[in-house]
Amino acid sequence: MKDFAGRPVPRAINWNRVQDDKDLEIWNRLTVNFWLPEKVPLSNDIQSWSQLTGDEQRLTIRVFTGLTLLDTIQNTVGAPALMPDAVTPHEEAVLTNIAFMEAVHARSYSSIFSTLCSTPEVDEAFRWSEENPHLQQKARLILDEYDAASQPLKKKVASVFLESFLFYSGFYLPMHWSSRARLTNTADLIRLIIRDEAVHGYYIGYKFQRGLERLSEAERQEIKDFAFALIFDLYAIECRYTETLYDPLGLTEDVKAFLHYNANKALQNLGFENLFPDELCRVNPAILAALSPNADENHDFFSGSGSSYVIGKAVATEDEDWDF
Amino acid sequence: MGGLVYFSSRSGNTARFIRALGLPAARIPVAVEAPMPAPRAPFVLVTPTYADGAGHGAVPKQVIRFLNDPDTRAQLRGVIAGGNRNFGALFALAGDVVAQKCAVPVLYRFELAGTPSDIARVTEGLDKFWKTQFSTAI
Repeated sequence: MKDFAGRPVPRAINWNRVQDDKDLEIWNRLTVNFWLPEKVPLSNDIQSWSQLTGDEQRLTIRVFTGLTLLDTIQNTVGAPALMPDAVTPHEEAVLTNIAFMEAVHARSYSSIFSTLCSTPEVDEAFRWSEENPHLQQKARLILDEYDAASQPLKKKVASVFLESFLFYSGFYLPMHWSSRARLTNTADLIRLIIRDEAVHGYYIGYKFQRGLERLSEAERQEIKDFAFALIFDLYAIECRYTETLYDPLGLTEDVKAFLHYNANKALQNLGFENLFPDELCRVNPAILAALSPNADENHDFFSGSGSSYVIGKAVATEDEDWDF
Repeated sequence: MGGLVYFSSRSGNTARFIRALGLPAARIPVAVEAPMPAPRAPFVLVTPTYADGAGHGAVPKQVIRFLNDPDTRAQLRGVIAGGNRNFGALFALAGDVVAQKCAVPVLYRFELAGTPSDIARVTEGLDKFWKTQFSTAI
């Protein structure tokens, strides 16, 4: 019998022996949060869609094809590219969940299209996404990092920037429509995607920080310099992308504040300090309210008018955990 | 001035928020077997939020264990909660859960590791809060 060295047989994964509690925590979070686009009654937006102008409809479809491209990359390249670098078998399993949810996200934009739009309009937008230089350029920058096998942590940086920064020039628009009571069911679906991307960015950022701890001070500095250089490059592209899309609606500056705010959050996921000062991150309150509806109903004590704060609200708690 | 107690998982967001505040603070340990702080003077709790999409599990288990001690709980005066607006209506939900359970106010909500504006507001807010607390207590 011929002796050949095939790929080693992996060890069967044992979820009862977890080396990193975060793997189990995130696995549970992601699986509980699982959803499919069929859950959202998108057809209730048909009338609202018909009230948008032709230009507004075209912009919306284009923005969604741009988001579809990012989800496709993360589904087929990004999350799989992180798997060989996983330090625990449970991390690999979490990454397969992330990869699949990105496929669900990409698929859900097509659900929106088939519910609201005509086939020629959608075909035109997909053609646009293949030809738009800014969209292609940001995809290229990220893919180049996924392909470079030299430093696993750089792949994680690129992945967190995609999950926690690059989506937001697109997410802005459904939040904008929602703040004007337009396409509110579509916005509900986008909020599910936004929630998932937060967990993905958090988890990959967490694994990045664990990896960074193992490097020398000089290596850590090199990775940090790389991260800030990459976000500068991506930001420059995002600004041009934003201008071409949003200038006709006069929304570019509003979108840019949202970009700055999310760039800082992406850096925080990596454990780094903010890049943009707070003055440049003043997101339109209507957009923040669309992002987290009802979250500010209870004024907090420090920022409220003094006595108007509410002590808690009725919420589900696992009472077996609380002794009192 | 009252004390601060905080929990931060190994993602370190809340720990970075506390470091930026620059105030003395006791940390609730991540490891189950590590000794738990047992404050016997008034304090404010700073906690991240871990809720799933339905709002379950918002308060980290370690924080629940910490608050299960009635003598500790008796000293709790308010809660500051971290979170992420990406979680929509559940943003910083841990603050609301603790506030309701322990009948204390939610003092402030911040995202991830906070911003310089958050740090300025919390520094000023805590200072005022403790002055009011101690002036009414005495």
